[in-house]
Amino acid sequence: MSADLTRRTAAELAGLLAAREVSAVEVAQAHLDRIAAVDPDVHAFLHVSDGALAAAADVDARRGDGEPMHELAGVPVAIKDVLCTLDMPSTAGSRILEGWIPPYDATPVARMRAAGLVPLGKTNMDEFAMGSSTEHSAYGPTRNPWDLDRIPGGSGGGSAAAVAAFEAPLALGSDTGGSIRQPGAVTGTVGVKPTYGGVSRWGSIALASSLDQVGPVTRTVLDAALLHDVIGGHDPKDSTSLTDAWPSFAAAAREGLDADSLAGLRVGVVRELDSPGFQAGVSQRFHEALELLTAAGAEIVEVSAPHFEYAVAAYYVILPAEASSNLAKFDSVRFGLRVTPPGGGTVEDVMAATREAGFGAEVKRRVILGTYALSAGYYDAYYGSAQQVRTLIQRDFASAFEQADILVSPSAPTTAFRIGEKVDDPLAMYLNDVTTIPANLAGIPGMSLPAGLAPEDGLPVGFQLMAPAREDARLYRVGAFLERELERSWGGPLLAQAPQR
Amino acid sequence: MSEITPEVVTHLASLARIALTDEEVVALTGQLGAIVDSVAKVSEVATPDVPATSHPIPLANVARPDVPGPTLTQAEALSGAPEAADGRFVVSAILGEEQ
Repeated sequence: MSADLTRRTAAELAGLLAAREVSAVEVAQAHLDRIAAVDPDVHAFLHVSDGALAAAADVDARRGDGEPMHELAGVPVAIKDVLCTLDMPSTAGSRILEGWIPPYDATPVARMRAAGLVPLGKTNMDEFAMGSSTEHSAYGPTRNPWDLDRIPGGSGGGSAAAVAAFEAPLALGSDTGGSIRQPGAVTGTVGVKPTYGGVSRWGSIALASSLDQVGPVTRTVLDAALLHDVIGGHDPKDSTSLTDAWPSFAAAAREGLDADSLAGLRVGVVRELDSPGFQAGVSQRFHEALELLTAAGAEIVEVSAPHFEYAVAAYYVILPAEASSNLAKFDSVRFGLRVTPPGGGTVEDVMAATREAGFGAEVKRRVILGTYALSAGYYDAYYGSAQQVRTLIQRDFASAFEQADILVSPSAPTTAFRIGEKVDDPLAMYLNDVTTIPANLAGIPGMSLPAGLAPEDGLPVGFQLMAPAREDARLYRVGAFLERELERSWGGPLLAQAPQR
Repeated sequence: MSEITPEVVTHLASLARIALTDEEVVALTGQLGAIVDSVAKVSEVATPDVPATSHPIPLANVARPDVPGPTLTQAEALSGAPEAADGRFVVSAILGEEQ
């Protein structure tokens, strides 16, 4: 029974819990047992909560008292370590925040707790979310459950691996340039970056504030929609939070699961993101998924986004610039590490010694790059130009969305690469984000869902959907439909083909 | 080609308050040079007629009613500090001897 519970989707667990066929304590214990069994190999978690069983028992008691409960009450969830949690350390994968316990919960965490979800722990990530492999974590890499010698993607490799290894049915991630979607792609899971402003960033340790967005990491499209419904919506504590009244994303996903066809839907293939330079098996699975959409009555159109070739360059100016400013708060005064240089020194000497000791190589690289891009004499050439490129990319999207209702591409150019393969080559690592970055620059929502295994290496391939800003529901409707068609073609979920651990 | 020299890296690190080692300065000089050369292409298409976008979905004049709400207590605010005393953060001297 215990093993079975970890294989269930969040929607299935919700049904079992509501029908009182299982208790929240049993569900939590099954996942804690699973974590104890597989996490020594996978290393998805930086911290496992000692409060999960008590939180689950509370849900059981309230349900027993007949209290009206949220649909997901009692379902466990893993939380990326970038999100502040009152009862667990929050390090963002950095030595400089080792052991720090925040005085508040991030809004998405607070909303999950209020709905009765049960936090299992905090998941590993590239330090301050800077990376595409989770190798830049100060606490060691996470391993891909499909092949332990390979990266689980990044920066949210811990959340994706936890979900792929059946350690948690749901997880939270954050996506600044693909940190939810690319890990989803390489682990055979589902990840959604909502419209910018759709989910509160309050309590999410900021990387690049004009790009960051918190979102769901799950095994099915419906589960992502259910979690998005819990965490989304206006938050007065985040001044960039949209005040829109959002539709139910779970209803949109269910509509997609029940739909007979996609007749009338225009699907735009972004020519610049369907590159002959991508891994052959990635392109093959992407085009096979397009054939399923065609067979379902969708019209496939090719669209062009000529400025996407400047997206990675613009991103690696804007991100370091914003990060160098955001990370200035790690000054050895208010929280985290303090290192005093030999013989003492002024507060600035202490600050410099602390940041030298507390930041890893990638963080130093990007902070110094950002400082350069923002410095007098270079500001216009780099930061100013990058912001103009951002306008051009938004225009490319606007024009593409005149011809298509939804845009599609492979979620990442390759399947999971080997641990160590790119860690010493920052530029090669950065190019891994070529498919995901445009959505962040434009603020639009994007989803990655599994598209099959690449024939040459047997590793998962991701299919990316992108919708206009505020049209997240479209991702869930089309994504759930495509997921159903793909699973029919495979005879079950893709993760059923993953190595048993 | 970029103008990233070890002197530039040392200066930037001092602005960013990171006490880099000499080995790090050498490694970063090469890496930052390659990255800066690669990202410099942003200026190719940034013609004067293109406005800048600083924020993907702009919102204007976001404000709340000017009424006091709950805030962190002093103890909560100090709870993560490396050193605190008498309800305050403790820091080393903020001025050097020559100042």
